[in-house]
Amino acid sequence: MGNISQKITRFLEIFWEQNGYVKVLEGLQNTILIAITGLIIGIIIGTLIATARVIPRYKLAPKILNGFCGFYVALFRGTPIVVQLLVFYYVLLPILGLKLTGVQVSMLVFGLNSGAYISEIMRSGLQSVDHGQLEAGRAVGLSFGTSMRKIVIPQAVKNILPTLGNEFISLIKETSVVSFVGAADLYVAFNYIGSSSYEFMVPYLVMALIYIVIVLIITLLIKLLERSLKKSDRRN
Amino acid sequence: MIDVINLKKSYDGTEVLKGINVTIQKGDIVVILGPSGSGKSTFLRCLNCMEDPSDGNIIFNGVDIADMKVDINIHRRKMGMVFQHFNLFNNKTVIQNIMMAPVHVQSQELRKIKRKNWWIRIKRIFQKSQAKQALLSLPYSKQDIQKTALNDATKLLKRIGLEDKANVYPSTLSGGQKQRVAIVRALAMNPDVILFDEPTSALDPEMVGEVLDLMRSLAKEGMTMIIVTHEMGFAKEVANRILFMDQGQILEDASPSEFFSNPKTERAKEFLSKVLSVK
Repeated sequence: MGNISQKITRFLEIFWEQNGYVKVLEGLQNTILIAITGLIIGIIIGTLIATARVIPRYKLAPKILNGFCGFYVALFRGTPIVVQLLVFYYVLLPILGLKLTGVQVSMLVFGLNSGAYISEIMRSGLQSVDHGQLEAGRAVGLSFGTSMRKIVIPQAVKNILPTLGNEFISLIKETSVVSFVGAADLYVAFNYIGSSSYEFMVPYLVMALIYIVIVLIITLLIKLLERSLKKSDRRN
Repeated sequence: MIDVINLKKSYDGTEVLKGINVTIQKGDIVVILGPSGSGKSTFLRCLNCMEDPSDGNIIFNGVDIADMKVDINIHRRKMGMVFQHFNLFNNKTVIQNIMMAPVHVQSQELRKIKRKNWWIRIKRIFQKSQAKQALLSLPYSKQDIQKTALNDATKLLKRIGLEDKANVYPSTLSGGQKQRVAIVRALAMNPDVILFDEPTSALDPEMVGEVLDLMRSLAKEGMTMIIVTHEMGFAKEVANRILFMDQGQILEDASPSEFFSNPKTERAKEFLSKVLSVK
């Protein structure tokens, strides 16, 4: 047991005295930044795709749109996130001549990636809303877009909130691969502490703990959000 | 007011409506009767293009709304619709349900004028000071829209005696209350005609009366109404025209007294004997 307490002391030493905590805070910030930006981009893209895919397809334009959206979803669900990161960072950026940092690329790629997943979640949410709601909106003279925006999507979001929370949680955890493109996230921070002390057990355990705490906090927030959105379901 | 000319509708090759010709006058209270599967609901839903007609014309206030190029949203505002399953917006309170369409439509108008004003402002930069184009005046402000809509909605709610339910969500209402709110939601746009798609079929028997009473009072005010229903007594009492449909065609177009006492077609006789013997 003396061995373990020694390891802990060594970890704490680096954590406090050799600026380990700065790295960890930085990593935490990047992890959360990537996950939240990814989620926001993902929700926007996902909602657009899902809406595009439920437009009645009588005409050519919605058909083409649907085909394109299907291709997008297949592309981003069909390749691992690490591959997408690498392709964006080492292939697409040089071709386009863009200069983005690893964190920026990660935010973009996680957004695009989760957009594909959220579009499917959102589609099931849109389909869970009674078709009569859209019809009623159209019947009072609102356009398809307005009816979706003001009536159907708010109800769909309420239905899919637990699943959306799930997506956010897995997004947080998946960000642990962004070091592939040089973004300094939690993993990078604890890896730094580990390699400075030649001792990885405690840093990695603490890292796991931090992830769990983040996820628990998010779970709590989602529960609160769900409760406040439940208002319109209340029955006497 | 509504001229239906050779209206046809088919789903995947099966023809549900086989060429319907009918003219509906202002103030008409038309009840559409017919056995299930006769296409009455489809016909009603084609009238405001909820279902796109496969062929034919629907001339409403002089415009052919069956034409895909027409902006159907503008015309639907003058054509209320009441559904079998109420379809109140579940994420909005009762009063918001009623205010939604009027507020949205007027805000849209307001935005349109504001957008034009932006253009004028840009143009004014390049115009000589004497010849500057004047900005368009705004007919009302956003607050005005909200205020009048709230006012009208409260009046409508008072009319159906539900003013105390203004701020509750539809899920807390009974079926009869929901349907009455749905009817005044349609009224909030001051429509020229209201389409009723089996408004009492999803209600408990003791709630049918309150909804029919409201429809009766609308009829007395001279609202044009087209009603698909199974309430024979109501049809007899309130309607001034009965359309009897079967297999996608209108077989009879008669006054209620004529239709119920002296149906011309075999099909109508059979239908009436079945329906009326139950009562």
